[in-house]
Amino acid sequence: MTKRQNKNQLKLTGIAVSSGIAIGKVRLIERTKAQITYQYLINDDQIKHNVRRFKDALSSTENQLITLKNHMPDIIKEHGFIMDSHLMILKDSMLTESTVNRILDKKICAEWALKQSLEEIRQIFNQIEDEYISSRINDVENVTERILWNLSGETQESLTNIKEPVIIAAHDLSPADTTEINVSKVIAFITDMGGRTSHAAIMAQSLQIPVVVGLESATKQLKDGDLLIVNGNTGEIIVNPDNNTLIYYQEKKKEQEEYKSTITKSSHLPAITLDGHQITVRANIEFKEEVVAVRNFAAEGIGLYRTEYLYLWNNKLPSEEELFEDYRKATETIAPAIINIRTLDLGADKVSSNLRMPKEKNPALGLRAIRFCLKEQQIFKNQLRAIIRASNYGNLQIIFPMISGIQEILDIKNIITQITEELTSKKIAFDSNIKYGIMIEVPSAVIMAEELAKHVDFFSIGTNDLIQYALAIDRENKNVAYMYQPFHPAILRMIHHVVKVAKNARIGVALCGEMCGDPLCVPILLGLGLKEFSMHAMAIPLIKKIIRSTSLEEASTDFDNILKLDTAKDVREYILNRMKRLLPELQEKGYLDH
Amino acid sequence: MQINLTVTNKLGLHARAAGKIVELGKQYQSKLTLKKNNLEVDGSSILSILTLSCPKGTKIQAMITGKDSPELSEKLKDLFSNKFGEPS
Repeated sequence: MTKRQNKNQLKLTGIAVSSGIAIGKVRLIERTKAQITYQYLINDDQIKHNVRRFKDALSSTENQLITLKNHMPDIIKEHGFIMDSHLMILKDSMLTESTVNRILDKKICAEWALKQSLEEIRQIFNQIEDEYISSRINDVENVTERILWNLSGETQESLTNIKEPVIIAAHDLSPADTTEINVSKVIAFITDMGGRTSHAAIMAQSLQIPVVVGLESATKQLKDGDLLIVNGNTGEIIVNPDNNTLIYYQEKKKEQEEYKSTITKSSHLPAITLDGHQITVRANIEFKEEVVAVRNFAAEGIGLYRTEYLYLWNNKLPSEEELFEDYRKATETIAPAIINIRTLDLGADKVSSNLRMPKEKNPALGLRAIRFCLKEQQIFKNQLRAIIRASNYGNLQIIFPMISGIQEILDIKNIITQITEELTSKKIAFDSNIKYGIMIEVPSAVIMAEELAKHVDFFSIGTNDLIQYALAIDRENKNVAYMYQPFHPAILRMIHHVVKVAKNARIGVALCGEMCGDPLCVPILLGLGLKEFSMHAMAIPLIKKIIRSTSLEEASTDFDNILKLDTAKDVREYILNRMKRLLPELQEKGYLDH
Repeated sequence: MQINLTVTNKLGLHARAAGKIVELGKQYQSKLTLKKNNLEVDGSSILSILTLSCPKGTKIQAMITGKDSPELSEKLKDLFSNKFGEPS
């Protein structure tokens, strides 16, 4: 693929996942696997040459690991031993001697020999029963990959080394890559892959930087140092903008930042509709450190604490104590407000390479979330015990993800009983009145809502997954991404049904998908009777502003009209016109562009 | 010489603990072999030690051959009884 040589302005459109406008220089990040060649060696010279190449690659790798270890940022210093164990693996006879022997005996090139050594180690580790120890194969893979890169004579870039403000452009970013990014230096990022609700996208929203994903082949058309505008509201990126465009976006960026600061000042006001109905607005968070930001944006508690981070970030399964400390601090900091902690939702796009998850053809429909937890009960029990213990320190509720029927709830309740009995007998304090809720995100749960309501204290509607499962679309697949439609009449009816059922059963119901952080969705959700919202903290000032500008009675009439509309497009147009009248300034400042 | 050791730290013989054994062994000339049931592994290889798979409570033997074997065996016993410097 040839890169563009000239400096003409170029516009590309992807999916906007984190709002705001950024203007800056591109930094391309290549995250590909090292190329491996498979070659037989024909004479002694070649054999000697390959042994030497391998030994050189080992010493280059060693130097890199030592440098990385010495430059680790302070906050992750305590994980320095990971680098030490990588250094030991690098010198381990199982990896190095066996590779050299393979080069000599089998007369194969260094890359091939190394790959065989890795596979041999993998087979041995696969037989280890202890989940944690067998997952260390992951470290061996990391080290091997680094050696392979050195054998190829090329280098793989580390995201931690970014020193000046840049816009990151990558084909794809794994959740681990996202955690590695030096946030103070990255002003936006764009990727070829990914969808609106991919893990990296959600994480970027917490970082409060503009992000556009699903740009297909954008990275092939960009060069390092290109000037780039990222419009996180519309999903547009503009490469090498001409002067007029640049000036226009600089103004828009300034206007939006000013507007943001104005509405943020009013964010502490309660979310009361024009006709006096109080709405609860809470925040979704990813790490306990975000709790402070949540309070700054005046959220009334944490509607959803996603707990995957500790499992993804550390190169090992977190211990019960680590989890407990994390949950306790978050719970204490936000108290007396509510915190809803959701149990592990790993799987699909969030698979941790540390857990030995079988490769699945269709991970979104596979062993994930509560299914994974009910299978790997030790991991689940550790987390549940940590959460239940933390309940002693504030107002904590627990949410279970991806419930598809009653049986799962019965199984969970059994486990909860075991844990609470154990804690009681050990005289460990916990709140004996913890409320338990479930995510409503699988279509079968919508249909079974009345029955499910008899078993739980509240529902939390997870629209990100519900939309994908109900409309049968792979949210990572750009070809069908256009079908990810929150305004789809089927989705609106499903949410409406769940809200009605919850009200009749007198249990709580909230919506915690990214949908309720979308300005256009808010009047619809109010209209169908939803009173509790949870969204990423950054969206709260604007959403509160919209709630305060809406009359519930009007919204409810609007919803009756919306139910008569046939397509997502019609719904969107209807609500867009309503919004233009409600808050004309949103359109002027580009928030309603699409 | 051969000594008996018991893994008493909570996490068992995981990467960090295995790493400490390798580090210790490096400081001596003697050869260290670890044995669990009938399985023998090279005590200078972190990966081999991991493959022994030793959770808390596992009993293993250490075979040490070489002229500084008494010193190494003492240090090794200390390392195990100090639970590799970790909480029990």
